[in-house]
Amino acid sequence: MSKQTISTWFKSGSPWVWLNAGAVSISVVMVVGLLLLIAVRGLSHFWPADIMALSYQEPDGEAFIIIGEAIDTEVISALRLKKTGVDLPEGQASGERHLVKVGNRDYFGLDFRWINGPWVGEINYPEKIVSVERREWGDFFGYLTEVKQQGKTVASGDEAWEALQTRLDRSNNLVAEIKKLERKEIGNINHGLEELRLETRRLELDGVALGSPQHQQIEQERKQWDLKYKGLQKQLSDLNTALNRDQMMITISDGREVEIPLAKVVEVTRPNAMSVWTKIATYGHEVWKFVSDDPREANTEGGIFPAIFGTVMMVMIMAVLVTPFGVVAAVYLKEYAKQGPLIRLIRIAVNNLAGVPSIVYGVFGLGFFVYYLGGNIDEIFFSASLPAPTFGTPGLMWASLTLAILTVPVVIVATEEGLSRIPRAIREGSLALGATKAETLWRTVLPMAAPAMMTGLILAVARAAGEVAPLMMVGVVKLAPALAVDTIAPYLHLDRQFMHLGFHIYDVGFQSPNVEAARPLVYATAFLLVLIIIVLNMAAISIRNRLRENFKASES
Amino acid sequence: MELTAKQQARNIAREIDLGAMERGVPKLNLEEEETCIEVKDFNLFYGDKQALHGINMKISKNKVTAFIGPSGCGKSTLLRCFNRMNDLIDSVNFNGQMLFEGGDLNAPSVNVADLRRQVGMVFQKPNPFPKSIYENVAYGLRLQGVNDRVTLDQVVEKSLKGAALWDEVKDRLNESAMGLSGGQQQRLVIARAIAIEPEVLLLDEPASALDPLSTLKIEELIHELKEKYTIVIVTHNMQQAARVSDYTAFMYMGELIEFGATDALFTNPTEKKTEDYITGRYG
Repeated sequence: MSKQTISTWFKSGSPWVWLNAGAVSISVVMVVGLLLLIAVRGLSHFWPADIMALSYQEPDGEAFIIIGEAIDTEVISALRLKKTGVDLPEGQASGERHLVKVGNRDYFGLDFRWINGPWVGEINYPEKIVSVERREWGDFFGYLTEVKQQGKTVASGDEAWEALQTRLDRSNNLVAEIKKLERKEIGNINHGLEELRLETRRLELDGVALGSPQHQQIEQERKQWDLKYKGLQKQLSDLNTALNRDQMMITISDGREVEIPLAKVVEVTRPNAMSVWTKIATYGHEVWKFVSDDPREANTEGGIFPAIFGTVMMVMIMAVLVTPFGVVAAVYLKEYAKQGPLIRLIRIAVNNLAGVPSIVYGVFGLGFFVYYLGGNIDEIFFSASLPAPTFGTPGLMWASLTLAILTVPVVIVATEEGLSRIPRAIREGSLALGATKAETLWRTVLPMAAPAMMTGLILAVARAAGEVAPLMMVGVVKLAPALAVDTIAPYLHLDRQFMHLGFHIYDVGFQSPNVEAARPLVYATAFLLVLIIIVLNMAAISIRNRLRENFKASES
Repeated sequence: MELTAKQQARNIAREIDLGAMERGVPKLNLEEEETCIEVKDFNLFYGDKQALHGINMKISKNKVTAFIGPSGCGKSTLLRCFNRMNDLIDSVNFNGQMLFEGGDLNAPSVNVADLRRQVGMVFQKPNPFPKSIYENVAYGLRLQGVNDRVTLDQVVEKSLKGAALWDEVKDRLNESAMGLSGGQQQRLVIARAIAIEPEVLLLDEPASALDPLSTLKIEELIHELKEKYTIVIVTHNMQQAARVSDYTAFMYMGELIEFGATDALFTNPTEKKTEDYITGRYG
């Protein structure tokens, strides 16, 4: 009876359904789990955690105070604890130890510290503790005592906090102004001077004698730039003097009083005094800073805006390059080429290209695009600036091209699929009306295959946005001095190197001097990268769906 | 219900008489007609396989000529030769002559696109483009570079009226043609074909994918269209051939067995094979 039941159960197909459903559920759990892990780990970093002041009693010394953020707690065996000098009571097999972010790297040497659970005494959360986000050396924790102007105390005690906020606003505005001046005005001057230098070099290459009218003209322009530069320099030094006016005094946990110039401070907060709503607002502000700021401190502090910008930029240029290229190739293979062994061979080769390890494309990009193509472009068009390369060096253009080569098989295959799905009747209908083959292609076949091309593009974008290895050879850098788009003609600088989220993850995760500080950033950056890929894909998918609407009936 | 051979023949004959009476047409004679397309000793091969054997025939101007015969007898192949649709198939070879208004339509000097503009075609399955109704009809004109809105409006209206579709779609010209019913789509395709004013209309089983009511409409349309166009229709339906055509060609195994006035062919076939086919003995 039971045997029969099992065999009928198998025949009914239920096991198969369970197997399918199980596979789907496991996939869903894995994907959701991955996203949750990186989201939670990454996004919790920006929450303004309370700062504790705990008394710590090492057995052979006096109790002292540690101020810092609780980061992590670990349960370790008694044996390991014993090695650090902790004797647990009889019968207890394991004990806790905690990781505390104590900040103040320039005074304590390390800004993260493991402390043994059994030695921790009383823990307080004094409202007056301030957390200082500095431009250098990481966070700083302590008690604010005084605010000074040019070395003279202007506010102390409770008034200091109010005075600090207004002065901090002022210094941050000054910093922004200086940055703008340096980036834009001085950037313009440098660009102008560089142009003049190239002009001179061109004249030299053309064999124009020194002292010619052209040289005099250049000399005159150079003088004008120099004059402008001197004016700016004066302006800058005035701003810097103004910036260095204020300081604050902070007492750190070991009782030392430390002076911090406000010029080095981004923000001062008192997390312990914040309400939940203030914390949420601060959290949003921190996330925004992460997304919109430039990185500082070897990428372990500040934001990742240049990396986001570089990633999106590169993917878009790649899309612009790969779509026409892939579509044209697919149209030839499918529509024009005489189907035979040669075409079959080419098709197999194209499919296999998709399986070549991406680093190989990086090597190819470096050898062919950067050295060969770029080198020749430099010799022909930018000979004046040689030996300094313009295109003969890794850059945005070559990175996009390399990724375009990497993803072109996907676009070709998808487009070919789309072309072969278009009913023969539609083509014949067009031809029967006196259209040539090309007219039929342009007016009917290609528009109908557009959704398939978009599918190819979606796959290409997904692959390209996640690719890191080849980029390291053809244009990605740890820290790009300038974005690829700016106000200097020609506005889009394809020759520049750029930052990329994928490489940023690698760099922060493996090349950072400060592992503990970098870890949450790795998660946050990974989360952002996934988010960007999703957004890019969603955009492409929505375009595809809109295209599909038009042709829905004809595909049925 | 199985029809006996006699009943079947009677049914077809009835269609003929009714059709002829309705139209009030006197007896037709092929020899007196003005020739539009002339086929001379035409052989066609798909690779090694011969599909048409020594075809000789004359298609009369402004008349409806029907091709009948069992599946695979070559009637569609022959039809597709008239506007060189077979060019699209790589393995096709042919010899013999095919004259359209006196000129060899397979001559190297003939522009295929021009030829197809003069010899329009409607296929078995409705194949409107996934565009609006308006753009479907305007397609052929736009190909010729006509983009003037007023001209296009006029032609679209005229063609849709010509295809007896105007009243049904005039309020939704900008909606997708894919939303029309099968019969409407087929009439749209006819409108699309006559919008460029061809001289010949080739209809490849135009009603075989349609319901009886739509079929009736298409047949009525064919009656009207033959005033202006030479029509060649391939059909599996002998009643339909009898109803709509002036001349009928019976083909079998790639050969033209019999060709003549429709009423004569159906009522008094000269060939044994023709008689067997129309009385339903094989095919």
